[in-house]
Amino acid sequence: MSLHDTLVYINTTVESISAQFNRIPGSAIILRYVRSSYQNDPVRSLLEFCLFLFAVRYFLASKYSVAKKDFVKLSTKEVDELIDDWTPEPLVVSLDDAAKAEIEKIPVIVGQTGPKVKLATGKAVMNLASPNMLNLVSNEQMKKDAVSTIREYGVGVCGPSGFYGYQEVHIEAEKAIANFLGVPAALLYAQAFNTISATIPAFAKRGDIIVADSACGIAICKGITISRSTVRWFEHNDMEDLERVLASVQKEFKGQPLTRRFIVSEGLFENVGDICDLPRIIELKAKYKYRLILDESYSIGVIGKVGRGTSEYFGIDPNKIDMIIGSMANTMVAGGGFCAGSEYVVKHQRINGNAYVFSAALPGYLAKTASTALGIMATSPEMFTQLKQNARAFRDVINKSQYVYSPSDPESPLIHLRLKSEVLETRKIEDENRFLQDVVDECINNGVLVSRNKYVQSQEVFPVLPSLKLQVTTGLTKKETEKAAMVVKAAISKIMAKTPKIKR
Amino acid sequence: MPSNPTKLASLFAQAQAQIQLPAGSSSSSAAPSPNMADSTAPSLGIISYTSGSRDVHCSPQKLKRRQMQYGPLLHPSYLYASHQAKGALPDPVEEEPPLFYLLTTYISYLILIIFGHVRDFFGKRFKKEKYQHLIQQNVGLPLTSDFDSFYVRRLKERLDDCFSRPTISVPGRYVTILDRESKDHNRTFKFTGTTTDALNLSSYNYLGFAQSEGQCADAAEEIVHRYGMSSGSSRAEAGTTDLHLETEELIARFVGKESSMLFSMGYATNGAAFPSLVSKGCLIISDELNHASIRFGARMSGAVIKTCKHNDMRDLEHLLREEISQGQPRTHRPWKKILVVVEGLYSMEGTMCNLPTLVELKKKYKFYLFVDEAHSIGAIGPRGRGVCDYFGIDPREIDILMGTLTKSFGATGGYISADKAIIDRLKLDNMGYVYAEPMSPPVLGQIEAAIRTIMGEIVPGEGDERLQRIAFNSRYLRLGLKRLGFIISGHDDSPILPLMLYSPAKMPAFSREMLKRNIAVVVVGYPATPLVSSRVRLCLSSALNKDDLDVILRACDEVGDMLMLKFRPDEHPRWKLEDIIRKGVMDCKRDELED
Ligand SMILES: Cc1ncc(COP(=O)(O)O)c(C=O)c1O
Repeated sequence: MSLHDTLVYINTTVESISAQFNRIPGSAIILRYVRSSYQNDPVRSLLEFCLFLFAVRYFLASKYSVAKKDFVKLSTKEVDELIDDWTPEPLVVSLDDAAKAEIEKIPVIVGQTGPKVKLATGKAVMNLASPNMLNLVSNEQMKKDAVSTIREYGVGVCGPSGFYGYQEVHIEAEKAIANFLGVPAALLYAQAFNTISATIPAFAKRGDIIVADSACGIAICKGITISRSTVRWFEHNDMEDLERVLASVQKEFKGQPLTRRFIVSEGLFENVGDICDLPRIIELKAKYKYRLILDESYSIGVIGKVGRGTSEYFGIDPNKIDMIIGSMANTMVAGGGFCAGSEYVVKHQRINGNAYVFSAALPGYLAKTASTALGIMATSPEMFTQLKQNARAFRDVINKSQYVYSPSDPESPLIHLRLKSEVLETRKIEDENRFLQDVVDECINNGVLVSRNKYVQSQEVFPVLPSLKLQVTTGLTKKETEKAAMVVKAAISKIMAKTPKIKR
Repeated sequence: MPSNPTKLASLFAQAQAQIQLPAGSSSSSAAPSPNMADSTAPSLGIISYTSGSRDVHCSPQKLKRRQMQYGPLLHPSYLYASHQAKGALPDPVEEEPPLFYLLTTYISYLILIIFGHVRDFFGKRFKKEKYQHLIQQNVGLPLTSDFDSFYVRRLKERLDDCFSRPTISVPGRYVTILDRESKDHNRTFKFTGTTTDALNLSSYNYLGFAQSEGQCADAAEEIVHRYGMSSGSSRAEAGTTDLHLETEELIARFVGKESSMLFSMGYATNGAAFPSLVSKGCLIISDELNHASIRFGARMSGAVIKTCKHNDMRDLEHLLREEISQGQPRTHRPWKKILVVVEGLYSMEGTMCNLPTLVELKKKYKFYLFVDEAHSIGAIGPRGRGVCDYFGIDPREIDILMGTLTKSFGATGGYISADKAIIDRLKLDNMGYVYAEPMSPPVLGQIEAAIRTIMGEIVPGEGDERLQRIAFNSRYLRLGLKRLGFIISGHDDSPILPLMLYSPAKMPAFSREMLKRNIAVVVVGYPATPLVSSRVRLCLSSALNKDDLDVILRACDEVGDMLMLKFRPDEHPRWKLEDIIRKGVMDCKRDELED
């Protein structure tokens, strides 16, 4: 700043200060006081002024020194040089050939997804890579309902729920979900993946305690990060370890002010395919006074007699789970997610859930699609029986493979296949994911669309174990499912045959 | 202008053909729906001044319904072709209310807080059953923290009837509200069974594409039949369809970038964007008024976050100089990269980012620039292409252009546009692509139809009209309200008009009085704004016409007098309503809106 600038600056500041000062009621009295005291005793006024300055300096100084503790004083020239010297890293890491190939291999479906799809390469394949487990994508009634909703409400809602984005179809869908699950209330979020990342920080704050299963998906991990709560992990589905963690937390925080405490788990684990031990978790939560947040994105509409999720699977009252998070984008083939629970839990999120308050509501037709889907599920237990049969049929075939095993529940339609550890020890597999991708390519060549479990390792808290992720569907008959399983098994064997053994 | 109907029909058919499957694949999916056949006829669409003849064969009910969603243009002079701003933005003049009002605002909060605490104190002791949730239960602390709960029960609940009013219609020119009443001071509501049609000044329906008929709804319907409502697992696994790719290309072309990526939720677009761009050792400089989704994403990324004063380029430069020269805290190692994040148009302030200066600073300080165009895309600029278009800046100068499709396009979701190399990288690293569910296909239909309309590829003339209507509406109403004596913040071309109320008690009063006059408005207060600057936020739309604006002016005039809202300092002349209406059309087209 040149001298001139400084003077101008001082001048304008003084002017604006005096203007502000004059606006304060009673300012005239103070002025008069200062003036008269100055006439009587200029030295006293000066002293008072100095004292005032000192006080101001004192208050400002303490703050200043904390914020700028390691501030290095530099001249303008030095700063300019540093700026010239600074070269930032590129915004993103550039792609190597392997990465480019990976992108190339992302499948593109032409037209509607379903049990059988056509790929952009022209190939027709059976589809085991979509969460369309109940094959509701091709349901004509649901399409009809969606169209009539679009003809009533248009597509988007153009605003958050608070600002006229809360339509009757949303109210109906919320009621439908609550009734279906057997809990008092529910609310909708616009994206399923983001739902739990939004729910956790709406309740858990800094200083609160979260005890979470270590196989929880990335959405949960991000929600925990955002909440800034203290987190303790327990071994995946190991109830003894959970109790150990709960007991140690109890000891650790004894005598400290009370906080909110949560257990977080998934119903059917998306990265594993097994089911949490809900009865035991409920016992422990009652014993140690925790609340339970259960991510049922992959269990509602999937397990239980008519797809009511983990609580139905174990025959437990869903009201014992404090917050149930579900997805409408999987078997309900709509979009968006929901959180269900008590009236209080739901109302709290309507005000404190940032992703609910600051984001546009779900399009009306997707809410409608979800309601219709729930209506169909509630009256069609046979769909779920068939789904289980297909899952079993698939597993019966794949269990014969000597190279892979599945950590998933035997009846889960979401099936992960991992390479057995003895295979990894005896074969030259440098990159497991690359190996699995070769299997995927081979499957597609033979008419079955599968996917490996895709993830972003740099964002994950724990390393994810590479796996093939398969989702069986009632859209394929048992025969077709078995055939698809055979293709997968053969593809694994074929790629394995190309992989040299490690010589001892 | 659609002077030649056959030409128009062929244009439309061409545009439709682009949505069709690639050659050779048509056998696999359902035949086009019957509705498609008549949507190729030029008669469908929005009645308007330029294409009024299309409505000849329309039943009166249908016509009324259509006009409830999108008002007819009454005269060609009610259009304003916005032109590019020259150079950097002047700072909007901040008008301050007399101090008296600020003082009374503080006092009203004080009274509310004291009363609230007194009631809590006695309530917890004498009405235990009603205050159950405040008293510690057997599962640790109550879910809501003391402050949140206090704020909600004692302040927000009093105006709960102004929020979340359920609707049963398109959020178009009018919105149909389900009437409700509360017998327990807003704790619970009951529907009365009646409805109210209210002029809609609250939805982000800037270009009026929220319609249940016309090219957008037709496209959405067709896609329901041909693609279903869901495309399956995440984009990276098996959720990508040819339609997604096509829409992404179209968006890239629209915003002027090489490539783009779609996400099923706007909020989550930001949530996923930052972790894939910056990480530990990086710095995010974020405007202090940035949206909650930006703060959410920035916090997820693990980078250090610093805020700069709203739109204050000097503060930003100062911060940049300090941060680059000082480096990371403690270690003083240089930052890996610096990402400056601003919004194109701030939804609470009506201000635009100072893009020309930002681009200049960017050249000097080598930071990366992320512009969130949630509210500006479609709504701003002579061709509706957001702030770059408005300032005449090449979009390639900005690293990441993010936007949402919830607003101007009447759809849902968000996008990120950038160089192809960046977008390709995000296909591996972005959580929204790798984990989240993809955008529902019918939404893509809506987006494509809306963008092609704006670009003039289908229904020629309509896109331009929509752009010119929102520009006119914004300027006309802003000028009118200023002349009435209200304090309206933000820039002249902004379609968002924040009308300052200051006092918290005036929020529900204003909202209720306007609803009585059949106008739906949104009031916002703390925590979305600073404590003392509660406001009404009027969002304009192309769907409104001049008659609607005059109705709004009249209502604001009455309510403004009733609630003493005309805070504008006396040096600005106050106008009579009749004069405002008479002279507004001419005056609002001057370069600068003068009193
Ligand atoms: C600047 C900004 N970014 C992002 C969003 C979120 O978009 P959406 O409502 O589509 O989730 C909004 C919405 O209000 C916004 O204003």
